[in-house]
Amino acid sequence: MNPAATPVRRHIHPPPAPALPFPHHPGSLLSVMDLSVDAVTHILTRATALENEDPLLRDHILLKRRIALLFYESSTRTRTSFELAAKSLGADTTLVSNLSSSIEKGESLKDTGLTLRALGAQAIILRHNSSGAAWLLEESTHLPVINAGDGMHEHPTQALLDLRTILVHLRDGATTVTPETLSGVTVTIVGDILHSRVARSNMLLLPRLGATVMLCGPKELLPEMAAHAGPGIVIERDFEAAMRQSQAIMMLRIQAERIAGLQLDLEEYKASYQLTGQRLASLAPAAVVMHPGPIIRGLEITAGVADGPQSAILEQVTNGVAIRMAVMERALVAAHQEARP
Amino acid sequence: MTAAAIAIRHGHLIDPSAGIDAAKDILLKDGRVAEIAAPGRLKLANGAQVIDATGLTIAPGLIDIHVHLREPGQTHKETIATGTAAAAAGGFTAVAAMPNTTPVNDSPEITRWMQAPDRGASVRVFPIGAATRGSKGEFLNDYAALKSAGAVAVTDDGHPILKDNIMRDVLASAARVGLCVIQHAEDTRMTQGASMNLGPVSFKLGLRGMPAEAETSLVERDIRLVAELRESRAHLHVAHTSTAGALAAVRQARRNGLRVTCEVAPHHFLLTEEHVGFYNTHCKMNPPLRSAADRDAMIEGILDGVVDAIATDHAPHATHEKEVEFEHAPNGITGLETALGLSLRWLHKEWKMPLGRVISLLSPQPAALLGFKGRGTLAVGSYADVVIFDPKAEWVYRATDSKSKAKNTPFDGWTMQGKVRWTISEGRIVYTNPA
Repeated sequence: MNPAATPVRRHIHPPPAPALPFPHHPGSLLSVMDLSVDAVTHILTRATALENEDPLLRDHILLKRRIALLFYESSTRTRTSFELAAKSLGADTTLVSNLSSSIEKGESLKDTGLTLRALGAQAIILRHNSSGAAWLLEESTHLPVINAGDGMHEHPTQALLDLRTILVHLRDGATTVTPETLSGVTVTIVGDILHSRVARSNMLLLPRLGATVMLCGPKELLPEMAAHAGPGIVIERDFEAAMRQSQAIMMLRIQAERIAGLQLDLEEYKASYQLTGQRLASLAPAAVVMHPGPIIRGLEITAGVADGPQSAILEQVTNGVAIRMAVMERALVAAHQEARP
Repeated sequence: MTAAAIAIRHGHLIDPSAGIDAAKDILLKDGRVAEIAAPGRLKLANGAQVIDATGLTIAPGLIDIHVHLREPGQTHKETIATGTAAAAAGGFTAVAAMPNTTPVNDSPEITRWMQAPDRGASVRVFPIGAATRGSKGEFLNDYAALKSAGAVAVTDDGHPILKDNIMRDVLASAARVGLCVIQHAEDTRMTQGASMNLGPVSFKLGLRGMPAEAETSLVERDIRLVAELRESRAHLHVAHTSTAGALAAVRQARRNGLRVTCEVAPHHFLLTEEHVGFYNTHCKMNPPLRSAADRDAMIEGILDGVVDAIATDHAPHATHEKEVEFEHAPNGITGLETALGLSLRWLHKEWKMPLGRVISLLSPQPAALLGFKGRGTLAVGSYADVVIFDPKAEWVYRATDSKSKAKNTPFDGWTMQGKVRWTISEGRIVYTNPA
């Protein structure tokens, strides 16, 4: 990797990297890597069970438990999804956003977390614009923390709801998963991989269930080193070649200003990577089309594809509520019963 | 008041500059080394305070040519008094203090103020002056005036000098007055918004990365300028070298007979980007922890002699400043109290570097590098700067016990080898921790 490095004498044994203390709380979900395959099965199984539960009975599972939603970024679907999921289980929720709170006055994440804990919060859902913020919050509070997106890093509940969507379409809605469940399945993720927490969580979760994650995008948005993030990850820069091999295609939002900052031509980008009806029909007529939202119609995806029969975009949103019910139940009730990874 | 004479008896003296590695007694008097003799043979020791150094190593006091003492201006992080107390506890008797204080040390007044007795320094402080006014990289300071006020080198440390013409002028002007130019080699155009090494780990953590190239390319540029100024004997010192490429460039420059030196910090020969773990801000510094290949190259460079000095880049920060989101945390870790223990534990014990060579990297070589006369040696007549340590003692470092105001270290809980028992600065005992 580094051609300038001199060969090292055989007797050099450097100090090893230390074991990591995270997560402190077994109910936390900071990264998809916190979850064993059995833990994923548990969440998927509970998501289906909770979705089918009588709402009046479901209401007692987290009755009057206090869950804080701490959001440092604007969000429609993630925030609403967590809030509705928590309320479906009977929990009390409170939303703290960086605007309209003491965060605006310069209060640190640590102090905000300690304040929420002192107010009685029993779990915190955190959306933050800095990678790693969920780890800092968990370290500071030792409460169960659910990472609802940290910077460019991870968005584990999104990967779980994406998994549920894929299982519904390709595995008859299986809820029990093994390291082979998705053998033979290629999931292509397209676009701004570099800045995407959705891509990172998916590329770390899906290969552990047997899938191949194929990353597709220009090198400015998809550096070669992405292929080294974990096993089962490959890079295919030719979108049409990737489509031909895919059973699921996950489009990512493209921020026009980011493209401009990288001096990429937007029209050229669209010509190479836009998911159009024509491409879909000729190259992947059976693939399930996904997108974590928000979608920019006419940029990464055409309106026709977004609204078309292969699109699972709104199913993903619906699946999010079920997954988040299961994840919050795990945070406050079930984690101690589950085998730790 | 003159300190009483001190006779150190029954110890093993290692003084690489004099080629001594033997059982010797040593007498310190009037702030100087007065006598060295075979055990029991000191002639001038009547009435001297006696230190029994049985089983201990006596060496020239350690010298750290890269520390941040934060004073003036950032005294919530560290002061000259607390930073030098930590230095004394680590066996250091002289430190060279970087100019990125508030205000920046770009004047003879601040340079003198830092050395004034009122600062309460435990050990000798050598200020390093800013290369340019306010370290803004535009107008050169008066190097002759800085030097006569006591500055031992010039640098813009955290604000690397990118413009070729300015760096050329800095090297030439410093050479004219016999000062070394220290460069923190980082092409900041490649590191905007970055908070760790660029590589698979930074990708995985979702952090913007600093490419090794940002360091290597600037070192190469600086060496080209030194080569152009060959006639003027310009001296470039590469601070905290961390990339294999930068070290290779230094190695080549030396082969070409250029006056280029370099230092490596303990964290860069021990840790890699993997130690960042899940956003451990005690592993955030600049230059960042690099790849395993880079780290291995630092070890190799130390063992094969291309590295001139071990320097800590002691960079204290208040606890609350580090307990923030990784990308917002300030760069830097403390280092004065762990440098000897880590060097002996790893370079000496693990990688079999002779004790005398480890001492060389921590005392005579850095002293020679910045021209500290009468230091880094225990020859008769030199300053009575001495460290006495138990070379075999293993102990566990606890950041909470630190003499520094700051506790930001990745080495909390690490096993160290070599316990400092006495540190003596110009004849005064400034630290003692008898077994």
